[in-house]
Amino acid sequence: MSDADSNQPLKKTPLNALERELGGRMVDFGGWELPVQYSSILDEHRAVRERAGIFDVSHMGEITVTGPEALQLLQQTTCNDVSKLENGRCQYNGLLYPTGGFVDDILIYKRADNDYFVVVNASNTDKDYEWLADCAKSSDVDVENVSQSYAQLAIQGPRAEELLQPLTDIDLRSMKYYRFATGSVHGIPALVSRTGYTGEDGFEIYLSPEESPRVYRRVLEAGRPFEILSCGLGARDTLRLEAKMALYGNDIDHSTTPVEADLGWIVKMEKGDFFGRDVLQREVADGPRRKLVGFEMIDRGIGRHGYPVVEGGEEVGVVTSGTQSPTLKKAIGLAYLPLAAAAVGREFEVVIRGKETRARVVPTPFYKRAK
Amino acid sequence: MTTPEDSRYAKSHEYVHMEGDIGTIGITDYAQKELGDVVFVELPQVGAQLELGDELGSIESVKAVSELFSPVTGEVIEVNEALADKPELVNTDPYGDGWMVRIRLAARDEVDELMSAEEYEDYTKHESGS
Repeated sequence: MSDADSNQPLKKTPLNALERELGGRMVDFGGWELPVQYSSILDEHRAVRERAGIFDVSHMGEITVTGPEALQLLQQTTCNDVSKLENGRCQYNGLLYPTGGFVDDILIYKRADNDYFVVVNASNTDKDYEWLADCAKSSDVDVENVSQSYAQLAIQGPRAEELLQPLTDIDLRSMKYYRFATGSVHGIPALVSRTGYTGEDGFEIYLSPEESPRVYRRVLEAGRPFEILSCGLGARDTLRLEAKMALYGNDIDHSTTPVEADLGWIVKMEKGDFFGRDVLQREVADGPRRKLVGFEMIDRGIGRHGYPVVEGGEEVGVVTSGTQSPTLKKAIGLAYLPLAAAAVGREFEVVIRGKETRARVVPTPFYKRAK
Repeated sequence: MTTPEDSRYAKSHEYVHMEGDIGTIGITDYAQKELGDVVFVELPQVGAQLELGDELGSIESVKAVSELFSPVTGEVIEVNEALADKPELVNTDPYGDGWMVRIRLAARDEVDELMSAEEYEDYTKHESGS
């Protein structure tokens, strides 16, 4: 989690001072100084599954794509069908290279016709912006990196709606999953969406960096009866992995396609041409070379990012993410396996510090919340 | 938590608490905080002969794995079986119920090479301040 250029000073979110005050254990996460945990990853994880947790995700990037040809640009550069996106809704999508590999995985908010708000991974912000701006060169579309203008808070957990509703004039109860609205939170103008990266119900709030510490404190106060916890990157990772949500840089990157990553549901061939379409079409027709699968360990051990996968002594794949699942109390993970070896129930070995350790392909997500 | 005065400390964050020629070994409070929630501990077999610096086992926490090194030479005479079911003891009581192995030391004077509580606290201050 810490391979940033060591010559660069760490970037700080507007909540940095508050996080230190709250006892956050700060680490270098892709060039950002962020809390990996406050109390305990297990406690924070449980808070989100059972009650509520608040995360500072201000490191995420925001890019606006506006103008008469905004839709064309997004249709050309992504694999999901942006034309199907209605005002006030969000869409998970893949920003792709012509090779079919991921530039990034992104969330697109349609604010109005010709007005899209794109949320991208922190460490990819500059790359995504340059890529989109470059692709937009001869089009009537304006691409702007507005990341500096926004802080982002994620309030996640089954009690999120109940604790947040009194603080906002937005009707959260009627807001469905992957919808958003603008209004105010604790008197501060904000965009609020029913989205998240935990596999739990919850909201993400985009607001001015200057006001974000005040709102964070107010949410903590409102969450006290629900025993809300401040949560760090550690719990964010275990939560997203249980829900099998991909992490760029771990599970997906420029060398993996959405079809390989088991994200075929965001690939819409019928929408017309887009970068990587021919590659993806071939993979859909013939089957991809490899596939991202969920596994659990049979033997004791945790298969972690980068550990080799072997079958019959031969290296056939690699683990992309792995942890001890706090909810399932089992070691789980994601790995790329050859398509022929990717069926549920299939056993393979993960090489954990030189030792071949048995694992089994299991259905995903590992955890699905009760509706 | 204060660092117990009656134990000695290795740079790799293990402690040794001596009673006669038997050393009880575990990881320090500083180390367990750095690791976070421990989910399991792999320990050697009773009877294993260890040299100073040998890998003694490994500790998996939710966020990472780290190796445990033997700060002394000797024979493993007991391992803490309770950690199999309750690895969290390493977090909640590192110097007590969260101990890991007992070793009969081959050379008692190896312990003198380790740090005192005061030296160890100084050492961790520099490590975390970097």
